Amino acid sequence: MALLQVQDLLITLKTAHGPQEVISHVSFSMDAGEKLGIVGESGCGKSITALALMSLLPPDSRISGKILLEGRNITNLNSREICSIRGNRIGMIFQEPMTALNPVKQIGAQVSESIYLHTKLNRKQTLEQVIELMDKVGLPMERFPLNLYPHQLSGGQRQRVMIAMAIACSPDILIADEPTTALDVTVQEQILDLIQDLADSSGMALVMISHDLGVIAQTAENVMVMYTGNVVEMGSTIDVFQNMLHPYTHGLFSAIPHVGSSAKQSKKRLSSIPGQVPELHLRPNGCNFANRCQRASSICNEKEPSETRISEHHQVWCYHPLNRQDKRKIKK
Amino acid sequence: MFKTLAELLGHGLKNWSFVIGGAISLLFFLVAFLSYFWTPYPVEDINISERLLKPSTQYLLGTDHFGRDILSMLIQGARNSVIVAFVAIGIGIGCGVPLGLTAAARKGWIDEFIMRFNDLTFAFPALISAIMITAILGPGSVNSIIAIGIFNIPVFARVARGAALSIWKREFILAARSAGKGPFKISIEHILPNISSMLIVQATIQFALGILAEAGLSYLGLGTQPPMPSWGKMLNEAQTFMHFAPQLAIYPGAAIALTVLGLNLFGDGLRDVLDPKLRRSR
Repeated sequence: MALLQVQDLLITLKTAHGPQEVISHVSFSMDAGEKLGIVGESGCGKSITALALMSLLPPDSRISGKILLEGRNITNLNSREICSIRGNRIGMIFQEPMTALNPVKQIGAQVSESIYLHTKLNRKQTLEQVIELMDKVGLPMERFPLNLYPHQLSGGQRQRVMIAMAIACSPDILIADEPTTALDVTVQEQILDLIQDLADSSGMALVMISHDLGVIAQTAENVMVMYTGNVVEMGSTIDVFQNMLHPYTHGLFSAIPHVGSSAKQSKKRLSSIPGQVPELHLRPNGCNFANRCQRASSICNEKEPSETRISEHHQVWCYHPLNRQDKRKIKK
Repeated sequence: MFKTLAELLGHGLKNWSFVIGGAISLLFFLVAFLSYFWTPYPVEDINISERLLKPSTQYLLGTDHFGRDILSMLIQGARNSVIVAFVAIGIGIGCGVPLGLTAAARKGWIDEFIMRFNDLTFAFPALISAIMITAILGPGSVNSIIAIGIFNIPVFARVARGAALSIWKREFILAARSAGKGPFKISIEHILPNISSMLIVQATIQFALGILAEAGLSYLGLGTQPPMPSWGKMLNEAQTFMHFAPQLAIYPGAAIALTVLGLNLFGDGLRDVLDPKLRRSR
């Protein structure tokens, strides 16, 4: 049985324009130890999906579909049951290490919190566990005493504390919601390595959420490309990155700036996806990407595309997926 | 911890209202404390032959219409004010803060219920309601403490709720929730430490108001009962002799005004000192 199965997830949020669907019909599954990347631009529902996995959606949101953790639906649990899953079975790392730590509590106390909550260890054992955790995330006690406050640490160090908090009870799934977005590039590399090492060594499944394709390529085995609350392409990272089929995926890729070696390349304008993400209440009936898509035809505006299975590990939701020739043409 | 306290004090010494207000408040507390060990004369001693004396070396501030030493009564009255205001603040914080935290944590109808109940309490003028309560329960210092305490509850509930709501939106609360903490634990362990500075500032201001309210109730004869002296009661008794012994009214009046001023200044200064943003902008 898959460790985590999301079936037909549908989330509506209350907005100024009435309830709006922010996640529609998202389904995926993860095995133990699997690393899944979720990629997409801002506002495409990556973070909402992550919060849904933790049952941390805002109180006025509505959720339907199923999120099965080892076959048990966790969308309709009461607050005590869900609290025993959060932090214990599923851990989460947040985007902003600057704000995700409590400014008035010592870091040691913050890391030990979930150990106290979910295990029956006594004070001394907890302390030992915390020291071991801090060691694991690269903050040895000799240099970073547990009584430091968050403001005494740098961004990267704080993110390490966050990671220690998230993995304190060795969860089965670690969700990293853009863990490196707020950090600079050199630190980003270290944090990604750390997360990956931790996941590898403990067999945690990892959900890596990012808008940075490089981060996904580096960390994830499977990738899910999201746009306006829909999955548009899903598959193993190698398949998707080498043989991308959805025009949106392709757009994301061509928007990565390259340091050109030849003069011709460096003079080329950076390509971008025209237009912008349609607002929630202005979403079309058909494919949400149609009005930004160069390949769109009349059917795209009428009906939502359904899943096309390319291979066992590669699916796309598009009427006009790219084929080989197109790609060659675009490359030129 | 001690380092940060010393740092705070260092910032505080640059703040004039903190220094002056702190000095006055400290003096007030010391005087109140002193009354437990020493007063120039016992306040219960009535000596009619020495009534309404002008200030002299024997009686530094003179005597009242019963020949009691006014300085002793002021010192004793300070203690009385401290106790009443302190316990009333305790009631206010003890009931108000949990209510405010609950309202912020649970939202929905519980929040509405608590806050509308607060509004209801606010709708009554505090002093008049305190008079009503003491009229029902009977005059006395315990009842005046209860009456003042009850009207501190909604004040603290509001401050706690407002501050807590803004903390609830912060990301570290989401992080705490993702660690599996329930709303109760988050309120105690994460929210409360973050709003404590605001509560402390509010407490100093409510303390001053408490002293004022106690003086008001005692002035009306509903608060502290004789022979225990109280500033409000001294004012009341001085009324009769206003024309030929105005000093009787001036001393307790000045004591009330000075203490309230000192506590308010202290609260103001404390707010600036505890808020790092305000501190930096100076």
